[in-house]
Amino acid sequence: MPTRTLTPGTETVERALVIDPGQRVPGRASGFPLRREGPAKLTGAAKYTDDLVFPGAWYGITIRSTEARAKLLAIEPDPDVDWSKVVLATAADIPGDNVVSLIKDDQPLLVPVGGEIRHHAEPVALLAAPDRETLRQLKGRIKLVTEALPPVFDPEESDHVFAQYEVSQGDVAAGFAAADLVLEGEYRVGHQEQLYIENQAMIAVPGEDGGIVIHGSMQCPYYIHKALKRALRLSSVQARVIQEETGGGFGGKEEYPSMLALHASLLALKARRPVRMIYERHEDIAATTKRHPAIVRHRTGVTKDGRLVAQDIEVVMDGGAYCTLTPVVLSRGVLHAGGPYRCPNVRLRGRATRTNTPPNGAFRGFGAPQTEFAAETQLNRIAERLAISPADIRRRNVYRLNDTTPTGQVLRESVAAEEVLEQALGASLYERVRERTARDAAQRRGSGTIPAGTLRTGDDRTATGIGLALAWHGAGFTGSGEVHLASVASVELTADGRLRVLTANTEMGQGTKTVFPQMVAAELGVRVDLVEYAAQDTAEVLDSGPTVASRTVMVVGGLTILAARKLKAEVEARNPGVPFQEAYRDDAQAHGATRIDQQFEPYPGVVFDDETYLGDAYPAYGWAAAVATVEVDLDTAEVQVRDVIAVDDVGKVIHPILCEGQVEGGTLQAVGYATIEEIKLQEGRYLNDRLATYLIPTALDAPHIRSILVEAPYSGAPHGAKGVGELPMDVAAPAVVAAIHDATGVWIHELPATPEKILAALRAPDGGGARRKGAAAA
Amino acid sequence: MSAYRFLVNGAPAEVDVPGMRRLLDVLREDLGLTGTKEGCGEGECGACSVLLDGQVVDSCLVPICQVEGRIVRTVEGLSLAARERGSLDTLQEAFLEHGAAQCGICTPGMLMAARAYLDAGGGPDEDPIREAIAGNLCRCTGYSKIVDAIAAVATPAD
Repeated sequence: MPTRTLTPGTETVERALVIDPGQRVPGRASGFPLRREGPAKLTGAAKYTDDLVFPGAWYGITIRSTEARAKLLAIEPDPDVDWSKVVLATAADIPGDNVVSLIKDDQPLLVPVGGEIRHHAEPVALLAAPDRETLRQLKGRIKLVTEALPPVFDPEESDHVFAQYEVSQGDVAAGFAAADLVLEGEYRVGHQEQLYIENQAMIAVPGEDGGIVIHGSMQCPYYIHKALKRALRLSSVQARVIQEETGGGFGGKEEYPSMLALHASLLALKARRPVRMIYERHEDIAATTKRHPAIVRHRTGVTKDGRLVAQDIEVVMDGGAYCTLTPVVLSRGVLHAGGPYRCPNVRLRGRATRTNTPPNGAFRGFGAPQTEFAAETQLNRIAERLAISPADIRRRNVYRLNDTTPTGQVLRESVAAEEVLEQALGASLYERVRERTARDAAQRRGSGTIPAGTLRTGDDRTATGIGLALAWHGAGFTGSGEVHLASVASVELTADGRLRVLTANTEMGQGTKTVFPQMVAAELGVRVDLVEYAAQDTAEVLDSGPTVASRTVMVVGGLTILAARKLKAEVEARNPGVPFQEAYRDDAQAHGATRIDQQFEPYPGVVFDDETYLGDAYPAYGWAAAVATVEVDLDTAEVQVRDVIAVDDVGKVIHPILCEGQVEGGTLQAVGYATIEEIKLQEGRYLNDRLATYLIPTALDAPHIRSILVEAPYSGAPHGAKGVGELPMDVAAPAVVAAIHDATGVWIHELPATPEKILAALRAPDGGGARRKGAAAA
Repeated sequence: MSAYRFLVNGAPAEVDVPGMRRLLDVLREDLGLTGTKEGCGEGECGACSVLLDGQVVDSCLVPICQVEGRIVRTVEGLSLAARERGSLDTLQEAFLEHGAAQCGICTPGMLMAARAYLDAGGGPDEDPIREAIAGNLCRCTGYSKIVDAIAAVATPAD
């Protein structure tokens, strides 16, 4: 299928997935369904977890370690306190395995006496009381007796490796020998907080059958379901998980909610009443997972005309105190580390290690934003050294159809790297603006207080710069992930003639509740408001896998389309000559309910070997380009990102407005990552663990973001969609850093690119040596 | 404890609570108006924005003793007339059509900040709109669609 570009708001959008004109609504959503739960959110009627009332419910809090590493010798409640009026739970109260079930069984729900505390915010005990004032008074009356152990904070010094990978193709030594230029570079990125505006929230309600019902804010109901069964020794029926309206996730509500649901459950079982555990912002930032910090080292060989001949890349990630999802984050980071470029000789190595800091986990992009920042900055530096335009060096190396990736995957279809690149260059007038900023910089050069620097103290208060970056993002789970998940999604015609979509995939802002009924309604040929979306309740829906990895529309949406096709075929076979939309109500009356449970089947021809790490790492890739323009203050080096042109190939646009919303939101998160979002640590503790000190962009900080959607469909998915959520997160940060270089002449190797770092780079010896940091001529 | 009386969304309310109890808690827990959200509890995120005598305030920073005899408006009272009709008002409608609400947790506060801006005669220009919502953090949208939605219902200056 050919690649197409959509210009949002025009009539070029294909209408195949659009419901009939009779139900079009005025305004920009014209032709597409409005956000289904939108009216509830806009009137304040939508119920988030903290909005729910459970009569008789108590409040729960967590008693945490205050040391980075120690042996827990005893938990000593103050004997002067009457503890009979409250409930105190420790590891001794856990009926099953004391483990938050995920990839490895290394993380306890609560550190047991005799066990090891591994980070400063680690949960040790839980307390529940009828009111919050009692909790505030009693929290400090529980003493932890510990014996300090030596902590490790540097991931490169840690000898505990969570995961490591090596991928190689060709002959790297021979590649470097043939290179005209060899350039080295070291890049660093720190923690990033997801900062969903709704804090983590969970309410546990004990059931009459000895079980637990969880109501909470989450991405993955079945992850929690599995964790509950194991730690509380519950059957599949006794453990029930219901997702409530969820105020953002971004990966931060993928794994952590299992821990919180278990904490609330332990207290609820002991107190024999509902227990609410709603984090305050401070605790949420201090204790929950962040994006992994990383160190990425590049050694790149190129010919003098800018063709990549060798890449040797090493990635080190800081996993924090426990494994969580680290092996999978590292894997995605390593697989994307070379960028979307053909190179015959490649070696990619990665390892993630344990440190005594709170565990790091999932965050939009999942390892790729870290390594793609490094890859793009490295390529931009090479372009500068060779005096080739950043656009041209990409044109010479970018993946094209039938190219081979480092895992040996041949890109047989759906390759839109050139398309997104050219669209971004055209829409931003990239080369024209670059000529102008170069003239401006030449005029400023040497006129200021910094020798040879392009900042000056003259009349201009700001310098403008423009920067380009390109990215790819593997669609869906890495490797054999989807095969192992074996997700099931269902479409049902109920006995009373209603149509329902049943999946475990959650709405957290992206639009799941809107696009799933939209896709199914289009297949069935019925009005979208006639298709219901069942609640994300484990008692009602099967496990269609987690709402992560930009897989919801691509993988699970694909399953709902296949299920809808089967339902339509069955009903029409029973009612020859009558189209589904006219037949289904009578069919339900005559034959009762018909339900199709559609299980995932491997995409045709996609083979990956988990042992050798060779093969098709992803069924397809999304492609993204970003051009950022910045203004840098010539006195303070403060950066204002003015505009971002974001071009994203998502395979198939299901709903342009929701899709643009993903691109715009992801782009701003990446701009924050590039410029202001930073966690400072001291002895393994986050220093800025409040919203007053961990800053995210406001409406005034945000650039104008123009999103251009490109469609290069993937034939393995029935609708061609490849996912959108993570793609924009990979590409905007390196574009901003390139724009800062264009304005100032210095390369920033470590995110975020703060004014302090920019000024330090400008003042470096030899007139801005940071510009040539790590450079070595072959 | 003492009794405090004020108007909420046009109706009189009376609560008998400590004077330093946060307006946010009074709204959510004592009056059951859970449309107003808590995001940070320290006046940084604006999720708890309400109108106090027409001015947008962070209800997590307002003790109830300062609300005595005043007029409070929350998202539930954004458009009473529209609500009685079972529909949305023009601002809510614009948010819906432009895709300005995603996860929705910042939306009530964002709507109140937008309402205060529009009621004060704010126009469709982008810069003042961004200024007006700068105290309300959104992590989903990138703000563009929120700005577009507010601009769509603002009256152009003559």
